Amino acid sequence: MTGMLISLAVVLVLAILLLIFRIQTLVKVMKGDYQDTVKPSNGYHALGLVIFMVIGFALFFWYSSVASHHYLPKAVSEHGVKTDLMFWVTMSILCFAFIVTNIFLFAFAYKYQYKKDNKALFYPDNHKLEIVWTVIPAIVMAILVFYGWKEWSEITKEAPKDAVVVEIMGKQFAWQVRYPGKDNSFGAYHFTKIDASNEFGLDFSDKSSYDDFIPSELYIPKGKPVLLRIRARDVLHSVFAPHFRLKMDAVPGMPTKFWFTPTKTTAQIREELGNPDFNYEIACTEVCGRGHFAMRFVIKVVEEAEYEEWYKTQKTFVEMNQEYVLSKATSDELKKLVMPQPNNEPPTLLIKSDSIMNISQVDSLTKKI
Amino acid sequence: MELAHSTSAHHHHTEHDHDHDHEELSFIQKWIFSEDHKVIAKQYLFMGILWAIFGGGMSLLFRLQLGFPNAKLDWLQPLLGDWIKEGKLDPEFYLALVTMHGTIMVFFVLTAGLSGTFSNFLIPLQIGARDMASGFLNMLSFWFFALSSAIMMVSIFIETGPASGGWVIYPPLSALPQAVGGSGLGMTMWLTSMAFFIVSSLLGGINYITTIINLRTKGMSFFRMPLTMWAFFITAIIGLLSFPVLFAAALLLIFDRSFGTSFFLADIYIGGEALQHTGGSPILFQHLFWFLGHPEVYIVLLPALGITSEIIATNSRKPIFGYKAMILSMLAIAFLSFIVWAHHMFVTGMNPFLGTIFMFLTLIIAVPSAVKAFNYITTLWRGNIIFTPAMLFSIGLVSFFISGGLTGIILGNSAADIQLHDTYFVVAHFHLVMGSASFFGMVAGVYHWFPKMFGRMLDETLGYIHFWISFVGIYMVFFPLHYIGIAGFPRRYYSFTGFDFTKSFTDLNTFVSIAAIITFAAQFIFVFNFIYSIFKGRRAPSNPWKSNTLEWTTPINPEHGNWPGEIPTVYRWAYDYSKPGASEDFIPQNIPYSETKESNFENEVDPIESKH
Ligand code: HEM
Ligand SMILES: [Cu+2]
Ligand SMILES: [Cu+2]
Repeated sequence: MTGMLISLAVVLVLAILLLIFRIQTLVKVMKGDYQDTVKPSNGYHALGLVIFMVIGFALFFWYSSVASHHYLPKAVSEHGVKTDLMFWVTMSILCFAFIVTNIFLFAFAYKYQYKKDNKALFYPDNHKLEIVWTVIPAIVMAILVFYGWKEWSEITKEAPKDAVVVEIMGKQFAWQVRYPGKDNSFGAYHFTKIDASNEFGLDFSDKSSYDDFIPSELYIPKGKPVLLRIRARDVLHSVFAPHFRLKMDAVPGMPTKFWFTPTKTTAQIREELGNPDFNYEIACTEVCGRGHFAMRFVIKVVEEAEYEEWYKTQKTFVEMNQEYVLSKATSDELKKLVMPQPNNEPPTLLIKSDSIMNISQVDSLTKKI
Repeated sequence: MELAHSTSAHHHHTEHDHDHDHEELSFIQKWIFSEDHKVIAKQYLFMGILWAIFGGGMSLLFRLQLGFPNAKLDWLQPLLGDWIKEGKLDPEFYLALVTMHGTIMVFFVLTAGLSGTFSNFLIPLQIGARDMASGFLNMLSFWFFALSSAIMMVSIFIETGPASGGWVIYPPLSALPQAVGGSGLGMTMWLTSMAFFIVSSLLGGINYITTIINLRTKGMSFFRMPLTMWAFFITAIIGLLSFPVLFAAALLLIFDRSFGTSFFLADIYIGGEALQHTGGSPILFQHLFWFLGHPEVYIVLLPALGITSEIIATNSRKPIFGYKAMILSMLAIAFLSFIVWAHHMFVTGMNPFLGTIFMFLTLIIAVPSAVKAFNYITTLWRGNIIFTPAMLFSIGLVSFFISGGLTGIILGNSAADIQLHDTYFVVAHFHLVMGSASFFGMVAGVYHWFPKMFGRMLDETLGYIHFWISFVGIYMVFFPLHYIGIAGFPRRYYSFTGFDFTKSFTDLNTFVSIAAIITFAAQFIFVFNFIYSIFKGRRAPSNPWKSNTLEWTTPINPEHGNWPGEIPTVYRWAYDYSKPGASEDFIPQNIPYSETKESNFENEVDPIESKH
């Protein structure tokens, strides 16, 4: 019913508009056919352009300042601070060009609007001018390229040797991270080994995988370089950690990487922002299907000591999935690691989190068995 | 057809030229399977407008979702059926909408609708030819486009939904029906449709190129051609070189999808099983796609710039400033457009050294672009400007081109692009520089050449209203997106409630959506004006804008063959506006120097054998 009324009203309004339009056209026709003199309204449009420009610039400055705390999340990585600086330096140059060229455009439109007795200037070219305004942008571009190139090579150079290495894997629709564990060496993986329990496709014939662990948050120490080894197992995803100015695609079949150095712990930034609930986040920025907009993962930046502590207390994948590992274990070594006890209790691991052995210890142990 | 005799270069004999007028064509030959370039142009235009309404309408649906995330959308159920669940848009359908919107706008509206309309309409008229080199291929070109359109349209209504991996259709997402519903039948139809679209573009492009090379009338040397001709010519060449690469990419993707090959797929575990594909590279697809994709943005933009050059010169009553520089910069842009593609791929894991190279090449392309903007502005300087609706839209275009182009400089910087890639900053950038600028070029072209197309005038008042709402509206829609982008809001997101860092800007998003609705609604003023004026507009004079180019020397309603008598000979360039000494402020290209003694510069004399 209301729908009917609304559509009726719309039709009525349209009909009235149409009528007005028709009358207006007829009046114009009465006043004479299409005349080739320029109408007085010509000046209104010239003025309109200038007014638009002035209001537009005013809005631009006003909004840019009132909203600045919204669109300027502070960078908390070493390279991020530098690229932010570069962004704003470049942006200032661009804003300058934006303002000046638009002013010329609209001001000329206004100033040189049609006047009856004027004649336009026949001015087909001016080589000197053209060379000047080819060379100036070229120089500015050269400077910007140089600046960008410097930052880019800094960001993309090899990660320092002492970097903390974490693997992050994207799948529909979540992120997961894996740490190499005590031995500091990631176990091999293969996509054919993936199943509902073994999301990373860990390959247990590689002993390095025994102590890998898969926590539910990305823990990283402040002030140390962190290297993310990035991969995907189904479609493209992209790791985006906005606060760290970090983005890199996750590609099935082609591992990628990105390294950075966090400069503020989660606790510090919470205090700084006065927001006890603040979290660093990872989002996905490569469209990956239905849940693309919801691939949230939290990054916790902590002091180095706290990180070491945390690292030590993590349970390994093998430890948390003993039965599974046993069911998959083909090598005798692994079987022995997760063998049921003689008294038929469920399998217990030799590798216990409270008494982590390194691989060589495990090796020698398994050899003995 | 009768046109065979007129396909040799520099023909100016009269004997056969009257034949066209007397030939009776059936309705079908005349309006449907027509080989007349003017009719084909109108077919492209109508189709382009229909698609624009459709593609633009889709953007409103997702703007509703983004601007009013809590709104109940049950009232859309009659329109969208199962895509609305419990008053909410389905997230996969959101992606499908974004994908279709992008595909439609870029390919169907601003490639076919823009180039198809104006290259077809203007090339023969402005170079002085009776028709395209091959009317038949030209007709085929349109009907391949129609076929392509039909397939794409049907795909929107199928059960699993249309393609939904973004207009760039990156595999593996686009290759695996398990990954998203739209990658099933919808994607197959997308690929089929685009294959036909490419055929259509190539047939059209070949025709534009041969026509311009071979059929210019006597005296129409390359450097006397209006800039529109240069723009269309260069655009066609870009298309001819780049579309086949998309075709190859699409073909390989079809193989991967249907025949088990692994060009783009490797090491995939999805839907509970590991697939057999190994050794392929998703990155390879991106290289192939953007090898077309980047030139494509110039395919979209250059014709609009060409149209603008013509309109700004005419309505400033001045020669375009730096005619040769304009041509050179278009050539430079065309060349460079082929070697900047990987700026879309800085963070794909591509070798960082490539990133450096592509940053360098990308920032070079800013130079010829800047030259073009400066030349437009200088053309206004000391002009005597008449603000026709076409002129206003052209000035709007220049403003968008500047505002949107500048942000490209920051996106082309690989280090800065890390943060901005795939955020709303990119959406803001390309909607201004490519979307809005080209859209304004297209609309400006319609306002300017409507009298030649239909022999009637568009209503000016409605044109002005259309301009002001669109111009202000577009800035209101797309300018704010920069802020949202700098804040890191990713694109192709169904909702921004999931993250802390995207919790802000809800009012701004609402504002943008309202502005989008108003802007879109205003386009119907144009649609009304367009349809109404075809039938009831005031009759057009023969040269309403006092323009120099040849199309205005044809009869008001030119028949197939364009000029009833001899094709005019050209004696001068297209920009003799306000020439010192001349009595009028324009001298059409077909006026010999011998008739304009008072305004000739030194060495402006007619070639000896000009009269026959
Ligand atoms: C009514 C005017 C328009 C509005 C309100 C609009 C709005 C939008 C928005 C908000 C998006 C991003 C959606 C998302 O990422 O979730 C988008 C995407 C896009 N738009 Fe528009 N748009 C308009 C006109 C145009 C035009 C004229 C073009 C022509 C080039 C265009 C081309 C595109 C493309 C290529 C995409 C990207 C699609 C993708 O991500 O795959 N749009 N549009
Ligand atoms: Cu995603
Ligand atoms: Cu590009």
